[in-house]
Amino acid sequence: MLGEGILKGLAETAKNFAGSFVSEERLTTVEYPEQRLPQIENTRDFPFLVYDGDDAMAGLRCVSCQICEKECPPKCIYITKSADKKPDYVGKAQFYPTRFDIDVSVCMSCQICVEVCPFEAIKMDTEFELSTEDRFGGLILDRHKLAKSNEYYHQIHPTEAAEVDARLAEEKAKVEAKAKAAAEAAAAKAAADAAAKGTADATAKAAESAAKSAEGQA
Amino acid sequence: MNLNAGWASTGWTSTLDQIFVLVQHRVAELFPPVLQPWVAMILGVVGIVAVFPAIFALTTVLERKGLGRMQNRLGPNRVGPYGILQPMADAIKSLTKEDIIPRSADAVVHFLAPVVLVVAIFLGYAVLPVGRNMVLMPIDAGILFFFAIGASTELSIFMAGWSSRNKYSLLGAMRAVAQMISYEVPLLLSAVVAIMMTGSLSPEAIVAAQGGFSGVLPHWYVFTPWGFAGFALFVVAALAETNRSPFDLPEGESELVAGYFTEYSGFKFALFFLGEYLGMMSIAGYGITLFLGGWGAPFSFLAFIPSWAWFFGKLFLAIFFFIWLRGTLPRLRQDQLMNFAWKFMLPMSLLNLLVAAAWRFLGEWLGAGVGAEAIRWLACAAVLGGTYVLLGRAMLRRQKIGPRSYRYAE
Repeated sequence: MLGEGILKGLAETAKNFAGSFVSEERLTTVEYPEQRLPQIENTRDFPFLVYDGDDAMAGLRCVSCQICEKECPPKCIYITKSADKKPDYVGKAQFYPTRFDIDVSVCMSCQICVEVCPFEAIKMDTEFELSTEDRFGGLILDRHKLAKSNEYYHQIHPTEAAEVDARLAEEKAKVEAKAKAAAEAAAAKAAADAAAKGTADATAKAAESAAKSAEGQA
Repeated sequence: MNLNAGWASTGWTSTLDQIFVLVQHRVAELFPPVLQPWVAMILGVVGIVAVFPAIFALTTVLERKGLGRMQNRLGPNRVGPYGILQPMADAIKSLTKEDIIPRSADAVVHFLAPVVLVVAIFLGYAVLPVGRNMVLMPIDAGILFFFAIGASTELSIFMAGWSSRNKYSLLGAMRAVAQMISYEVPLLLSAVVAIMMTGSLSPEAIVAAQGGFSGVLPHWYVFTPWGFAGFALFVVAALAETNRSPFDLPEGESELVAGYFTEYSGFKFALFFLGEYLGMMSIAGYGITLFLGGWGAPFSFLAFIPSWAWFFGKLFLAIFFFIWLRGTLPRLRQDQLMNFAWKFMLPMSLLNLLVAAAWRFLGEWLGAGVGAEAIRWLACAAVLGGTYVLLGRAMLRRQKIGPRSYRYAE
């Protein structure tokens, strides 16, 4: 009959109206600034720089190789290489960035910088409340703003950070093993050299004495 | 006619009932006698211009909250406690917004359209009885005046659409005019039954005619077969007349941006919004006056509550019903709208006129008595109900929609 559907619809909305006051699970709204949903682990928006230790500027993993700057499709990374070097996590002297700026108003969150970085120095952040009153300067993040600790990285992407740490530890171990092997080889070589030198001396001595005796005989 | 028939109440309830009238008289008495009628009139106008926009402000926030709840959302809850100050924020926003007039628009007509709309709608309140003795301008042809004034809102809507020089505005205005003129007919015809039964075009006389009680139940027209049918038709036509959902085609957001007021911003937009809600409230007020006993109490034992409280209570119920419908129904298509007006509403309201006449004369022929009354009631209800079912079946019959065939274009 005409109007049946309307009555059914009215009953449905009335049920919703009354139900929303009674049952909490009907209201799915999260009132954002006060209430927040836990973040999904794979969330990512803009890159940040990882540092180890306590001093952000000293512990930056970035060695200023500028691969990310060159690969960045929208060209939003600006790096200036240092003149001097400082030791990196394995103790090797490396360059470091004296300037590392990312213009987040240009960044397209493609994550290519993260994929190309050979030093695990740049990772994706989850910080999304980036609104600012200054739309030019305020959206260019410098290295001080970009630097975030490895602990923070563990907090936002635990699985990924653990993998990275394992990889870095392995690399470090490899380097150390190599260094150890090199040191051992060097020591062995030195010993061998020393031994070789010893025999050479003896021969020389023998030759000398032989010459002397020959002289005497003459 | 004695408008206070059946009104027996003690001193303080009658004082409370007439409180606004008494205040008006007291204030007017402070002025010299020549000015007194003018002062009284201005006080009444101020009352109307203050109260109904205040209800409008409250309605906007309640509507948004109500619709939210119907969709399992919270609705606005940021400005003030429970978001109740949201209308203030909206008002500040619309007042401080830039007022843009399109370069190719007809500036004068563009400016006049919202003003004419709001003025025409406010005029409708002049003859609306909002309580016992509470009508600004008691004229005998009040209902006629209201419908005449109400019809002029179409003019302002077309002014807005035409002067904007915008395809959406013009399409919206065309739709609005087509729709409002189509539904004007059933709106008027459905109201005519109440006028026929009362024998007067005066809103106060219509309210007074519904003022008595049988036992505890009132003599509202909605409790008779022709009254119920008339009321239902009036509600549907009123929804269409005020462009409310499901008849909001003239401003269908998904089709026409905002319809005829697409090119309006700032306070003019707010005026259109105000006009729309005031129109909704005034037509609801007349629906209440014609069929729901106006300011009368629904039960005889509740008559001690002031008449204006009853009127505004009914008005809020009507507004809630409109919001409820808006939260429930999707928008009609243009052809469905027109079919419904001319193939269903019009025949039903014409039949309702006949039934009302039959009711009147059957009452004389059958005489008094419970049996005669029951026969009259059942006969009228059966005619209306049967027609409703048959017409409804015809409306719901599936139309065969095949691929479109062209006669000349191929």
